Amino acid sequence: MADLHVSFAGIAFKNPVLTASGTFGFGREYGEYYDLSELGGVCVKGLTAAPRLGNPAPRIAETAMGMLNSVGLQNPGVDEFIRAELPFLRRYDTRVIANISGNTVSEYGEMAAKLSDAGVDIIEVNVSCPNVHAGGMQFGTDPRAVAEVTREVRRNSRVPVMIKLSPNVTDIAEIARAAEGAGADAVSLINTLLGMKIDVNTRKPVLANNTGGLSGAAVLPVAVKMVWQVRNAVSIPILGMGGIFTGEDAVEMLLAGADMVAVGTANFTYPDAPLRVRDGIAKYLDAKKIRSVTELSGAVEMH
Amino acid sequence: MPTQAIYTISDMRNLAEDVISMTFIAPEIARSAAAGQFIHIKCGHSRPLRRPISISDVSGDKLTVIFEVRGAGTRWLASRDIGRKVDILGPLGHGFGDTFSGGIIVVGGGIGAAPMLFAAKAAKRKAHSVTAVLGFRSQANVILTDEFDAVCDGLVTTTDDGTAGLRGNVSAPLEELLNTKKYGAVLACGPKPMLRAVAEMCAIHKIHCEISLEERMGCGVGACLVCACLMHNGERMSRVCKDGPVFDAKEVVWNG
Repeated sequence: MADLHVSFAGIAFKNPVLTASGTFGFGREYGEYYDLSELGGVCVKGLTAAPRLGNPAPRIAETAMGMLNSVGLQNPGVDEFIRAELPFLRRYDTRVIANISGNTVSEYGEMAAKLSDAGVDIIEVNVSCPNVHAGGMQFGTDPRAVAEVTREVRRNSRVPVMIKLSPNVTDIAEIARAAEGAGADAVSLINTLLGMKIDVNTRKPVLANNTGGLSGAAVLPVAVKMVWQVRNAVSIPILGMGGIFTGEDAVEMLLAGADMVAVGTANFTYPDAPLRVRDGIAKYLDAKKIRSVTELSGAVEMH
Repeated sequence: MPTQAIYTISDMRNLAEDVISMTFIAPEIARSAAAGQFIHIKCGHSRPLRRPISISDVSGDKLTVIFEVRGAGTRWLASRDIGRKVDILGPLGHGFGDTFSGGIIVVGGGIGAAPMLFAAKAAKRKAHSVTAVLGFRSQANVILTDEFDAVCDGLVTTTDDGTAGLRGNVSAPLEELLNTKKYGAVLACGPKPMLRAVAEMCAIHKIHCEISLEERMGCGVGACLVCACLMHNGERMSRVCKDGPVFDAKEVVWNG
């Protein structure tokens, strides 16, 4: 069988399939369905300095081949994560990527310091959440703000720093370059695309928050194109995500330039979706007689 | 342990306009399901989100759900036929308790009557006396009364317009039952205003009350937090799909 091992920002992964932040909690629920050690890694639910209750319901709306969410970073806070959730995840032989959102630049730095000390493998910096008023996407759409947050987290972290990019920008490559220039060890993309669904009977948006983030199969081509754009703009590794349901979806993302992939919305459809994706990648590699998954990264042949 | 697999529809019939009873041969789910739990059904290739539907009955390897056609997903499901296959994940969620002492009242409003049939049967198997109070909009919406009648020691039906059973909602007959003797528990599923009225009445009568809530769901297994509701005096969030759908009525924040 083909070799699925990947080295990403200096960290060894047993396979290139992770779970996307916000779709997998802290792993406990899907851990009832399969051994989490099968995964390359888990990107945990977005953490904030203080606990958050999130947005009012409804927080979800289905769209054609996709969905909108407006959960709004409901989470127990970084301290409770370190106390109650990280030890659980550490029982598994898988990488743990902590996803953080700050209200201020210094809050990002404080969270990074705590999580780095607590022993997570990578810190994923969420500068792209579309569902919160303070912080989130307001940082991720301005290259100077992205650079500032990146520098602060980099200064406070002993583990690799990965910046999660928003697709809701004119030029994602410019944002990626800003992150790389400020010392980011990797980037992940894409976060959700802003969207809205209206109930034609009530004339009101379905989401109580009015707008939300679009994910699912509908966004895969957008994500593939943006990963390709970013691959041509930076040399740091890329975690590609957005609409991956199958091994072939993941191969597309890798060919576009991703070094690893994350599975998000597909978890909701199939609890074992990440394992289906991993096995699908292996099957593709075997069929094409490719020895290592690393050979795929950026191997798209443009017209 | 929930299972995700493809199961065959073995029976299907209309109970009322746009209300369908669908039975699957699903041994793994049927044999482990508890009253109040639900199954998460994939409704066609283009819809990534499964639809959560409460289990209304199990019998051997068979499992029955009753659902209302509300949107494109449930319309797709309603258009299946006997013999067709459907992708199901379940059983999911936290169901009704089963350690009560004394008589049980089950209250169902509209389509909310469906899971209460399973609850009534489960309580009956535990040798409880079971009384059902079912409320519907009108005679055309009345479902499952024969099935409840066969299981329960007492059955009261109400309709808002008085075209079947007592005129009005479930409150008056429930109040009357609670005034006549001390029951062990009241279990309820239905529209939120009904659940709130039932919960408040039980609080006054100091009767243990469990209610089944409905919310739009994502994963159905507790990971995505889409269905989280404010609970416990507004102090923390509970997930309808994993911590519920059945909750102790005392935990619910009605204005949340």
